[in-house]
Amino acid sequence: MHSFHELLMLLVVLTNFWILGTTRLSAAIRAVAIQGALLAALPLALDPGLSPHVLGLAAGTLVVKTILLPMFLLRAIREAAIRREIEPLIGYTTSILLGAAIVALAFSVAPRLPLPEMESTLLVPVALSTAMIGLLVLTTRSKAVTQVTGYLIFENGIYVFGLSQIERVPFLVEVGVLLDIFVGVFVMGIVLFHINREFDSLDSARLTELHD
Amino acid sequence: MSVSSLLSLLVLLALAPVLPGIANRVKSSLTGRRGAPILQLYFDLAKLWRRGVVYSRTTTVIFRLAPVALVATTLLAAWLVPLDGTTSLVTFPGDLVAFAGLLALGRFALVLGALDTGSSFEGMGASREVTLASFAEPGLFLCFTALVLATGDLHLEGMLGRPLAAVWPAVVPSLLLVATSLFIITLAETSRVPVDDPLTHLELTMIHEVMVLDHSGPDLALILYAAALKMALLGSLIVSVLVPRATLVAPVALGVLVGGLLLVATVIGVVESVMARLRMNRIPQLLVAAAALAGFAVILLLR
Amino acid sequence: MLLFGLILLPVMTSLLAYGSRAHGVRMTLLLATAIGHSAGVATLWTRSVPGVMGGWLRVDALGLLVLTVVSLLFLAVAVYTLGFLRHDPSRGPGRGLFVACLLAFLAAATLVALSHHLALLWVGMEATTLSLAPLVFHRRDRRSLEAVWKYLILSSVGIGLALFGTFFMAAAQTTGQPLVLEDLVRHAETLQPGLLRAAFVFFLVGYGTKMGLAPLHSWKPDTYGEAPGLVGALMAGALTSCAFLGLARGTTVMAAAGQAAFMRPALLAFGLASLVVSAGFIIGQTDMKRLLAYSSVEHMGLLVLGLGIGGAGSYGTVLHLLNNGLTKGLLFLVVSNLVLFYGTSEAEKVTGVLRRAPWSGALLLTGLFAVTGSPPFGLFVSELTILGAAIHRDLVWLAIVMVVLLAVIFIGMARMILNVVYGGAHHAEESAGGGGATGRDGKPFRETWLLLAGPLVLAALVLLLGVHIPAPLHALLDQAAQALGGTAP
Repeated sequence: MHSFHELLMLLVVLTNFWILGTTRLSAAIRAVAIQGALLAALPLALDPGLSPHVLGLAAGTLVVKTILLPMFLLRAIREAAIRREIEPLIGYTTSILLGAAIVALAFSVAPRLPLPEMESTLLVPVALSTAMIGLLVLTTRSKAVTQVTGYLIFENGIYVFGLSQIERVPFLVEVGVLLDIFVGVFVMGIVLFHINREFDSLDSARLTELHD
Repeated sequence: MSVSSLLSLLVLLALAPVLPGIANRVKSSLTGRRGAPILQLYFDLAKLWRRGVVYSRTTTVIFRLAPVALVATTLLAAWLVPLDGTTSLVTFPGDLVAFAGLLALGRFALVLGALDTGSSFEGMGASREVTLASFAEPGLFLCFTALVLATGDLHLEGMLGRPLAAVWPAVVPSLLLVATSLFIITLAETSRVPVDDPLTHLELTMIHEVMVLDHSGPDLALILYAAALKMALLGSLIVSVLVPRATLVAPVALGVLVGGLLLVATVIGVVESVMARLRMNRIPQLLVAAAALAGFAVILLLR
Repeated sequence: MLLFGLILLPVMTSLLAYGSRAHGVRMTLLLATAIGHSAGVATLWTRSVPGVMGGWLRVDALGLLVLTVVSLLFLAVAVYTLGFLRHDPSRGPGRGLFVACLLAFLAAATLVALSHHLALLWVGMEATTLSLAPLVFHRRDRRSLEAVWKYLILSSVGIGLALFGTFFMAAAQTTGQPLVLEDLVRHAETLQPGLLRAAFVFFLVGYGTKMGLAPLHSWKPDTYGEAPGLVGALMAGALTSCAFLGLARGTTVMAAAGQAAFMRPALLAFGLASLVVSAGFIIGQTDMKRLLAYSSVEHMGLLVLGLGIGGAGSYGTVLHLLNNGLTKGLLFLVVSNLVLFYGTSEAEKVTGVLRRAPWSGALLLTGLFAVTGSPPFGLFVSELTILGAAIHRDLVWLAIVMVVLLAVIFIGMARMILNVVYGGAHHAEESAGGGGATGRDGKPFRETWLLLAGPLVLAALVLLLGVHIPAPLHALLDQAAQALGGTAP
């Protein structure tokens, strides 16, 4: 095997494409959960020394991104009648093509960044493409739940980028970041619940009352 | 040319009809049925071969030539693949284009034959087949591109043979992507679920099957055999990408090929039993995704 | 110890307030925390306190300035909350949650102001965003739902970009304690310029979204328009100051690394865009809170313009930070009074305030002149300093454009506010009979001292800053301006 962490990062990119391609809201949430598990394994694969810092980060990521948040989001949409993303702003085929273009862009830009030598040359391009695909999902899907998954993917991209600086960012801060993301998505989930109750749909495109 | 490659080709030709049988059998048993015997296609072929042929008065010579052309092109394509893991029967620079071209030519012949009948059903099937092929082909070429980049060799023999075995450990992630992509393309090219359903009985929903409705007897046998051979060929590509067989001695390499093909057929069966057929407008998405995977592999190799 | 205390005190009282069932207890906790916090901040002014956690938490001029704005505003808002919850007719989340969120915000904002570790600062910043989100949704209707959704998504993404910037900053660093401001500045010449620039761009876009710089401001009018006025006061006054601090930390490092030439054009562009956009949307605005939101966009633009101009402009910026925070607090609290009184913040339905609620009317008028930078208020001084710096640095065209835009904004705001304050008489009688005129307890709404004390004090402070800047404050502003690569005028 070439190296385990490269394979993990590859799978991270594949989960991105999965989310771009799926129409089911629950499938998108599951894909994010799987991505979370991959990300939890990533620091372990990158640093076989298994320092407490790395172990803690992996455990925290696993608990928050693979277990708590997906479970919470699945609960939030359970009552919604709509289970599919019906009218994305751009079609699925187009968004997959856009995703491929983003990946190509990320891989062509990453080597030009004057970043110091790193464990893996894949880290930066995967981080950039994941973050950008997250933004793509966030901006082109109309269901509020899918937008939250887009936000999570975006955060995952930042997380992968952060792994390149893992020795420089103290554990306490990482816990803080994780906690913030957890609370953020938690609050979003509560808002989701209310959107669902108020509008009887999870369509954020209906949120159009405020404008100038 | 070598003895082992010729032998491998013969084995492949003999083995090909088993593959759809296995796929269907796996699907049957996974969905709680007993299913047809694994060797069913051999029986069918034998039976059809003995039957006479019926030609519609509206058809021309094109209709009669189509099955022959299909089998001939598929056979020629098989010559180009290093089936024993190291050498092909025929090889020249850029033969990967010939491989794809021959498969396309066979499809073209079949489509012409279908259009020749003048039946609206067959015309519809032909148009669908061509549409899907136009989505599948870029994916196939991206897969080839990735292999060329990995090995620096423009021969199928090199892309799948020794040079690949030499760089294999360094490019495993890309090869996994290529194999996945090839698998999806195989599903589409061989008309399996979720792209097409070989067992469907409603003309409106058919893609491949509807094109061959008017063929009968030995003609139909040729078409069925060519389809099985195509599955075996694409399957052998997947096996060659995943296992660097050039490092193995010839008999083992052949054994790996046979085992790998049986495995591919089994996986196709499993996919068929767990997935529903996609809506027609979602199929391009699947094929574009396959192309995107191969494209990602290319990006990884370009770094 | 004091620094920990400033952060942990609101954390603990927040938990207690959420847990407690008695309204009186919660209000006591809120007020006590606000007073305690202010007392703590006052101590920081008189005495130098050593950094804790290996220098991660530390007091410097800029941080203390932001902390002072936060603390003062919070005190005013806390007093106001006592009156507000008594009158507030909306169905709202539990009052326990309301108070808990306010206190959590104070803790997070304090963390931002004290943090000298850029990643820790980010953690605090995200926490400030989240702590106020439930309060935006206070009215629990569709409009506030839409507002909170936009606020959450856009702010979260914006701040996510800032985290990217933070990691870039870490990557740029070759020596010293990672991401600690002092070490970044001390070893500024060893930072890799390319990565530093990338970090700054992400900081500008990320924290710029949080500040509400145009064109990243789209969440702001919606959020400010739907949130209760006192939350708007905290957002426009304290939250934006914290976000500015995030950007300013990046600016400090850039200035120390000699990258001022790279960042100035970007800052000027964002600043000008904010002025242009706010001027455009203030003209013809029909809602008071949205008007204030665009005014906030304007003042954020002025802040980054001052940074971009440099020199004495930095001094103007830090002074403006203080003035803007206090003035926004004053205006939002007064508008909140009007919403309690009239049941709406639409300017059409709110007229003749001076007759119905004379104190609020007078305060609103004061706020109008203060926020548009008229003498003798503090914003006049700070805007003049920024303009003067622009002329001094041969950016005369910029100064002219700024003056024209400020004039447009003045006209736009005055048109609405003057109508609200003086407006038609019979119209006022009509709407005063409407549903908003009675509070939760069913009694007719009256201007109580709880609702007036906060805005009154803030107005007095803004006036004071316009007349005289005390020597200790001047020294502090000077220090802060120097950290941003500027000078005293």
